[in-house]
Amino acid sequence: MAVAEHPDQTRSDGAPAWLAAVPRWWWVVGVAMLVMPIVASDFVLFQIFGWSFILGMIALSLMFLAGYGGMVSLAQMSTAALAGYMVAVFGTSGVDAISMHWPWWLYVPTAILIAVLFATMIGALAVRTSGIYTIMITLAIAAAFFYFTRQNYGIFNGYSGFANVVPPDLFGLNWRRAMPFYYLSLGCAVLSYLAVVYVSRSPFGLALQGIRDNPRRMAALGYNVTAHRVAAYAFAAVIAAVAGILLVWQNAQISPGTAGLPAVIDILVIAIVGGLGRPIGPFIGALIYVVLQVFSPDILTALGLAGDRFKLLIGLGFLAVVYWSPDGVLGLWDQWRTRRDRAADPLTGDTP
Amino acid sequence: MRATQLGELPFSRFAERHPVWTVLTALAVLAVVWLIFAPWPDGLEDAIGRKKIFLNAVFNGITLGALYFLVASGFTLIFGLMKNVNLAHGSLYLLGGYIGYEFVDATGSWLGAFVVVFVLIGLLGIVLQYLVFRRMEGQDLRQTLVTIGISVVLADIMLWIWGGQSYQILSPEWLTGPTTLPIISSIRRSGEAVYLTFPAVRIAILVASIALGVLMWLALNRTRIGMLVRAGVDDREMLAASGIRVQLVFVGVFAFGAGLAGMAGIVGGTFQSVVAGEDMRFLLASLVVVIVGGMGSILGAALGAVLIGLAEQLGSVYAPTYSVVLTFLIMAAVLAFRPQGLMGR
Repeated sequence: MAVAEHPDQTRSDGAPAWLAAVPRWWWVVGVAMLVMPIVASDFVLFQIFGWSFILGMIALSLMFLAGYGGMVSLAQMSTAALAGYMVAVFGTSGVDAISMHWPWWLYVPTAILIAVLFATMIGALAVRTSGIYTIMITLAIAAAFFYFTRQNYGIFNGYSGFANVVPPDLFGLNWRRAMPFYYLSLGCAVLSYLAVVYVSRSPFGLALQGIRDNPRRMAALGYNVTAHRVAAYAFAAVIAAVAGILLVWQNAQISPGTAGLPAVIDILVIAIVGGLGRPIGPFIGALIYVVLQVFSPDILTALGLAGDRFKLLIGLGFLAVVYWSPDGVLGLWDQWRTRRDRAADPLTGDTP
Repeated sequence: MRATQLGELPFSRFAERHPVWTVLTALAVLAVVWLIFAPWPDGLEDAIGRKKIFLNAVFNGITLGALYFLVASGFTLIFGLMKNVNLAHGSLYLLGGYIGYEFVDATGSWLGAFVVVFVLIGLLGIVLQYLVFRRMEGQDLRQTLVTIGISVVLADIMLWIWGGQSYQILSPEWLTGPTTLPIISSIRRSGEAVYLTFPAVRIAILVASIALGVLMWLALNRTRIGMLVRAGVDDREMLAASGIRVQLVFVGVFAFGAGLAGMAGIVGGTFQSVVAGEDMRFLLASLVVVIVGGMGSILGAALGAVLIGLAEQLGSVYAPTYSVVLTFLIMAAVLAFRPQGLMGR
């Protein structure tokens, strides 16, 4: 899970350094994303891309913790779901007995704040241990959160959860329509991606990566290891919380199943399949996951299996990735590039 | 010198080091014993309800704890020896339950099912050990991820075969019906004492779990194989260097732990039910029990299992919508004050 960091190179041909450092194919992807609504249908925009961005953001928060902090937290889905629940509780939903009908500029920050507090507490507990213990503890916390939302009726409305949770009509737009929601989720995804890239290169991010590689040395250098780790949980929670709010708006409902254990594990699968090495990995993983989920009945029927064996497909794919390419799809890509670069020159036989 | 982790009774040392905690724990245990055996005064019944409800919750909690112990002891044994977290442990439990149901349904032999399931799930454990854990020795994270993948695949295959409905494994006739325990649950106006009745099959499960726990403790601490296992926990390389075939010990422990989880599936299917989704419930239970009790400690697993079982049952009686929180609070408190678990090192 080593994360390679390339420092920005300064160039002198006029363009600012950070702009010139952006690889060319990124511009292609960026423009393609921006003009996507012209060609894509509403279903593709809303269900495939919207959902991919949301799942990608939650997986990105996991990638930040795992890739830069060395802490595989399975409670990210719970953090996202808590933010979604808080939107339903403080905002407007179909359950009038609980919802408080606050305005959006009040309930959105409140939801994010509560989710961050929740994740900070999880972090404070989880950083007392390390490695596989972190997985065990965060999995236990995620499961406890699921069972709690299912049996608590005072705040979380138990089994049924909340329905009719819709985004506010801002600027006279219905944000649940395909195109506005596409741009909303795209904007949030890009912002969180840039935030992760920025933080990973900031002094805080570098210290975090140092702690991942050698906590004792960093402690000896005077860094507060625990504080850095807990702060990483808090930062990741902001991204997860924003994604959780988008998720509840997209589905217009939230229920215990949103943060059930299968969903929790799906986030891990997405992050691992995409690759924990770089922040773009989770989005690639999310796109693969969503496309597979949406088209799995067709794929499975073509293979002669029953159409509802989607989980089997995902599980086997995940196993294959972990077994053969621990760095995910990005790892495969890197392997291919290294092999191409290392290929011997056909004339001289030299390896570069 | 490191003390051995899997067995050992650290009570005397604990009492020497923490006299205050020992006294507090003893008082708490005495209070619980008094609550169970003494007829309750009227004031107490007014405050927290009837004694019968409390007793039932306590006994259900202890039986649930026994079931959790069956599942978690295999988990903790595997973890203690091989330092790998088998997140497919819940799937082994559920698969054991389904196979047990099919066997009992076909032959009607409840006890026979235990043997068959133990062997089959044990074999599955050996396959897992060969395919996954041996190939990825030392790569904790990858092993854990692979077991998550296996649990996803197994869960879906089981859903495919057995569907979403729940199955009940029938207990044999000699275990059906209630037994009367020598514990007074209430006193009638006439002064006649009413004794507590409890399903016989649960008593049998409780007794069997305690027997199994004691046997495991004895096997670990008094036999040559137990000595090898303990040595493997402490220093795997040295054990291998002294000419022991460590891999064989690993395979044996893995098969035993897996078989135990499968047998627990029959037990769970008899006094609860076998249904899709239980794999995750029991995986969670094992995780919490092992976190609370201490990784790799049989005694810790027993203590954690009873604590969590009691917390769940008492919680669901006295605070129905917050019983999960109680379990979680126990875990959080242990993590905060004793991150290595109650019996861990």
